[in-house]
Amino acid sequence: MDTCQYGGGEIDFGLSEEQKVLRHSIRDFAEKEIRPRAQELDEKEEFSIELTKKMAGLGLFGIFVPEEYGGSGMGYLSYIIAVEELARIDGSQAATVAAGNSLGTGPIYYYGGEDQKKEWLPRLCSGEILASFGLTEPDAGSDAGASKTTAELKAGEWVINGSKIFITNSTSEMAAVCTVQCITGKRPDGKKEISCILVPNGTPGFEAKKMTGKMMWRASDTGELYFDNCRVPEENLIGSRGEGFHQMLETLDNGRLAIAAMGLGGAQGAFELALRYSREREQFGAKICTFQANAFKLADMATSIEAARNLLYKACRLKDAGQPFSKEAAMSKLYCSETMGRVVDEAVQIFGGYGLMREYDIERFYRDYKLLTIGEGTSEVQRIVISRLLGCYDE
Amino acid sequence: MKIIVLLKRVPDSETKILINQEGTGIREDGVKFIINTYDEYAIEEGLLMKEKAGGDSKVTVVCMGSDEATEVIRTALAMGADDAVHIADATLSNPGPFTTASIMAKVIGDEGFDIIFCGKQAIDDDMAQVHCILAEMLDIPQVSVATAFELSDDAAKATVSRRIEGGDEKVETSLPVIVSCDKGLNDPRYASLPGIMKAKKKEIKKKSLADLGFSEVPGGGRSRVLKWLPLPKGGECRIVEAEETPDAVRELVRLLREEAKVI
Ligand SMILES: Cc1cc2nc3c(=O)[nH]c(=O)nc-3n(C[C@H](O)[C@H](O)[C@H](O)COP(=O)(O)OP(=O)(O)OC[C@H]3O[C@@H](n4cnc5c(N)ncnc54)[C@H](O)[C@@H]3O)c2cc1C
Ligand SMILES: Cc1cc2nc3c(=O)[nH]c(=O)nc-3n(C[C@H](O)[C@H](O)[C@H](O)COP(=O)(O)OP(=O)(O)OC[C@H]3O[C@@H](n4cnc5c(N)ncnc54)[C@H](O)[C@@H]3O)c2cc1C
Repeated sequence: MDTCQYGGGEIDFGLSEEQKVLRHSIRDFAEKEIRPRAQELDEKEEFSIELTKKMAGLGLFGIFVPEEYGGSGMGYLSYIIAVEELARIDGSQAATVAAGNSLGTGPIYYYGGEDQKKEWLPRLCSGEILASFGLTEPDAGSDAGASKTTAELKAGEWVINGSKIFITNSTSEMAAVCTVQCITGKRPDGKKEISCILVPNGTPGFEAKKMTGKMMWRASDTGELYFDNCRVPEENLIGSRGEGFHQMLETLDNGRLAIAAMGLGGAQGAFELALRYSREREQFGAKICTFQANAFKLADMATSIEAARNLLYKACRLKDAGQPFSKEAAMSKLYCSETMGRVVDEAVQIFGGYGLMREYDIERFYRDYKLLTIGEGTSEVQRIVISRLLGCYDE
Repeated sequence: MKIIVLLKRVPDSETKILINQEGTGIREDGVKFIINTYDEYAIEEGLLMKEKAGGDSKVTVVCMGSDEATEVIRTALAMGADDAVHIADATLSNPGPFTTASIMAKVIGDEGFDIIFCGKQAIDDDMAQVHCILAEMLDIPQVSVATAFELSDDAAKATVSRRIEGGDEKVETSLPVIVSCDKGLNDPRYASLPGIMKAKKKEIKKKSLADLGFSEVPGGGRSRVLKWLPLPKGGECRIVEAEETPDAVRELVRLLREEAKVI
């Protein structure tokens, strides 16, 4: 790969030795193990247990969880670098890892009780099982507070009714548990009391159905969940009653960093494909990268990728330092995903007619990008979050 | 069992190499460095032998290179090696193979060993000499370009396969031995995240030439690199076409005589 100028020294400024070794290792793995399979899995819309287990073997499902629970105890920036490197090769596999850490493991690790952590985290970190995060509902997407799924406490059990949609890592044979956001009652101020409850896959009354026909992330597992008088023990509540909305908001803050990493890595991968192709393809008797129209496209791509990387790494460093990072996380998610949009558009343009064909990886990047401006808060929602934090709507 | 693995940090083979102005080295800015590809097989074989021999077996990595080489050493430790010796000395620029082997022989002699694994050659200077000289200096057998390695049950002997033109050669060797590794020997593992975290706590002993008891660069006077030069730019290629081959040959001879003036 001709990645020296952009994949070598410059990328790594200020990174620790741990982070550099990590980047090289994941890059190597992604190129040798994921790249040869990505196209076929996308075509067949197949979630690969084998590849997921291989990623688990590297420790990719317990990145920021401490060693005592079976994780690696790395910082968020390390996590983000790992996702970036996976996304540089394939969005679907990056999605499985990003959702596995941010949405699957995250809520249990950050808000779960000691027993819950001990029960779930070691198997999640080792990649024996996967967890999912059930927030979105058919009538509650951007407006997550409008969710209707209810959980009623009856004789020491939560009785759950409702449904969730678009839930990542929720239906494969590895999917073992879902953190479900439910309405558990009314608060004193009359608003809904929202709580998160752990519901193991296979519990009677819980059906997880694989969704097919996706345009993007075709090799990742997305499901629709139905709860019909599904009963789980009272102690499956995560944290205390009424903390669910707050837990969800924080989980999304963290998750945004991983979606941003997918935008950054995807942009980097698409850019490298375009750079390489333009150096090989000849028209009018010259390499097409020597036409200024194309050279300027490549210059713009490289520039916006550098800017995106700086923004995202800064947000991660804020989080790792324990400082507020919500605004920077939303900015990173917005900017990195939109950067990837511009980059894949121009990259396909550089490929000409070939860029429209399945046979060329760039075609998959072009499709995979589109989730990034929609999932875990659309670009519009990111702008709402940012402008709110800027004080635009303060009285 | 005590296993030594020799490690070199080299520019990625896909990196575009630019020689510095003085011709004394390459321009390192923006260049990605990696573990010498063949050394990865050596690390993996060392780890496999350690796992097989069990007990208090140990894999020690020996690397000579600039301070920046700690990154590739740390990668080997993250893959599972136990500790490392890093020889770094400002006076060591472009050491020849004799110099490298002299220093390595001292380190390895101090460490003690049963098997030394190394790559069959470094992919940057392609010398493929260090292990040969080292075998001579340590007075041990050497098997080069190994594609399979099997230790006897009593760990006193090893059978090594070498890929040669048209077949495989099987060699039996006593231990201790130095084995240079080729592609196909094994599938090197990736450094895992827990491995990377463990590697942070593993010891890298950093040694200067003085620490090793050398008062000057050993073997320095034998051969030295004078200058590095870029490849001459390839000339233009012209294909001589004609309906009948003899006509093409005739035209080619004419061009060589009249235009190129080489015959
Ligand atoms: C592949 C995939 C995986 C997913 N994984 C998960 C998961 O694991 N867990 C989970 O809970 N969810 C998941 N989701 C759901 C995802 O988070 C939602 O799709 C997303 O939040 C958008 O919601 P929606 O699709 O209902 O769109 P809507 O909310 O209906 O939005 C439609 C459009 O209206 C805009 N809009 C809405 N409200 C406003 C406003 N106030 N101001 C301006 N514009 C607005 C939006 O920006 C968007 O452009 C996943 C989705 C997909 C596609
Ligand atoms: C679905 C489909 C249907 C088609 N149908 C037909 C058909 O019926 N008949 C037919 O003959 N062809 C057809 N084509 C071919 C189509 O016309 C070509 O794909 C198109 O002309 C571009 O050529 P290319 O793909 O070789 O790209 P290239 O010419 O290789 O271009 C690659 C990139 O370099 C840029 N570029 C090239 N030269 C320059 C320059 N001098 N200055 C600046 N930028 C430059 C291009 O704009 C592009 O961004 C079809 C293609 C597709 C995908």
